[in-house]
Amino acid sequence: MNPVATPFFFYLLSAMALISGVLVITRKNPVHSAIALIFTLLSLAGLYLMLYAPFVAGVQIILYAGGIMVLFLFVIMLVSVSRVERESQFNKQWLVGIAATAALGVLFILVYAKGKSVFPERTVQLPEQLNTQQVAVWLYGTYMLPFEVASLLLLVAIVGAVVMAKKRI
Amino acid sequence: MLDYVTGYLNSNVTPGQAGNWVWALIYILLIFLGISLAVMGMVWLERKILAHMQIRLGPMRVGPHGLLQPIADSLKLLLKEDIIPESADKIVFWLAPLMVVIAAFTVFIVIPFGPTHAVTDMNIGILFMLGVSSLGVLGIIMAGWASNSHYPLMGSLRSSAQMVSYEIAMGLAVVSAVLMTSFNAGGSGTLSMIGIVQAQAAQHTWFAFKFFPLGLVALFVFAVAMVAETNRAPFDLPEAESELVAGFHTEYSGFRWSLFFLAEYTAMLAVSSIAVTLWLGGWLRPFPSWHGPAITIPNFWEHAAPLGAVDFAFSLVPAVCLFVLAAFAFVGTLRMPKHPLMKIQKGGLGALALVLAGIGLVLLIPPVRDRIQDIFWFVAKVAVFMYLYIWYRGTFPRYRFDQLMKLGWKVMLPMGLGVLIATAVVGVLV
Repeated sequence: MNPVATPFFFYLLSAMALISGVLVITRKNPVHSAIALIFTLLSLAGLYLMLYAPFVAGVQIILYAGGIMVLFLFVIMLVSVSRVERESQFNKQWLVGIAATAALGVLFILVYAKGKSVFPERTVQLPEQLNTQQVAVWLYGTYMLPFEVASLLLLVAIVGAVVMAKKRI
Repeated sequence: MLDYVTGYLNSNVTPGQAGNWVWALIYILLIFLGISLAVMGMVWLERKILAHMQIRLGPMRVGPHGLLQPIADSLKLLLKEDIIPESADKIVFWLAPLMVVIAAFTVFIVIPFGPTHAVTDMNIGILFMLGVSSLGVLGIIMAGWASNSHYPLMGSLRSSAQMVSYEIAMGLAVVSAVLMTSFNAGGSGTLSMIGIVQAQAAQHTWFAFKFFPLGLVALFVFAVAMVAETNRAPFDLPEAESELVAGFHTEYSGFRWSLFFLAEYTAMLAVSSIAVTLWLGGWLRPFPSWHGPAITIPNFWEHAAPLGAVDFAFSLVPAVCLFVLAAFAFVGTLRMPKHPLMKIQKGGLGALALVLAGIGLVLLIPPVRDRIQDIFWFVAKVAVFMYLYIWYRGTFPRYRFDQLMKLGWKVMLPMGLGVLIATAVVGVLV
């Protein structure tokens, strides 16, 4: 089927992502920040869907919104909120902050100015049906070795966490 | 208008794929209505069946055999005062039940009640279902934290730990079923819910019986994990009333509490539908590839396609089931005590018998019969799982939390992993 009301959904999802993203850093209560982050992640999943990447969208929902955010909330709930709220919210590192913002701004301006020549005019629309299969073919075929190396890294992280958490193994 | 309706009914795609938003909206409303009715029915059935298991009568006062009890329950819940605790986090407290309900209902977008009876068919169907149903736990955590009270917090901590642990075993079982879809003759695997059922039809077997006993073991792992995922007995530690009052929804009352209730039963229906779709052939009737000798029945029963005797017999089952129900209601009407006060109840039950028989007659009309079969078999299989839920609750004692964790990580997870590897190995060898 042809997509319906694409600009509307794009602006809706982008606005949701931006507003809740701003809320993440401005809320004093860490739980509120985490909940705002959930909405950012969900609207990003929607944007992935609009880019014909359903697999990435599904994984985004399962891993980030469903898995990692649960652990985030799990940890935050154990923190005393009243103590956190009395601490100052923003770091006073003006110099680094201004430098980083300037760098990002320059990047944005460059992308806006030169974007048309760097990026293709229109993305090739892959048929939606093939997306997941393509991801599988590339991950387990073409890029088998890097993928396995990355998973080995995760395994090392898990073993390291167990070693650090347990005194006697 | 009628042409428009029949024009769509004769097409062979889901409204989501056809881009037909009118029909998509109709399907969504129908599913919403159906689920809400099913939840009301479940509440009555659960109380009734549990009561009979414990040799009690259960609800008997409101309506014949307590049939109107769910309506009375929901009225009571709607009229109750909606209390928000003074020290609760208002916004999160308000958001939590919404989150749970939305997560529970959104899942039904991709559940195929029939080859075309789904709101839409996604390429990532099963992934979407697992993801969205795992969002429900966020609502539970939010509810427990926002209540700003000890018992709810304990309940939501337990719930999140439990759901995160069992999600892994669940995912592994699901992956082994998805793997089975790729063992077609020259076919490729699929994550789409409709595709999974079609793969079972193409391989002439339900995945529960494929590579015996691998499919059954995977179904077992999933069936245990899904009870833990929905926080039901014997894994109902998040709301263990002997320890935590009511767990994460202790501070909720009235309408908000009923939203949690609705979400719990909706989630039960959703995970049961996943199990049915993945392992029990979804909308396929039992013995789907056994047609029997071709028969022709003149006049009313005329059928466009050549009709097997077995096909025909199975297509009559929905109507027969309703006739049996109607007979039960009719016998109940006859056995009512002859007391003037029972007149209304008697009339009500008699009317119910007539309505059931009427629906049964409608289901005999050939076009309706052919359309309704898929939905009937799907719902019947889901109903088996829902009965199992009640049966577990009536039979098993509650697990201790360390036992629950041990079962999840040391039994279910290795079992799921083993089934996955074994399925892959057998699939390559066969």
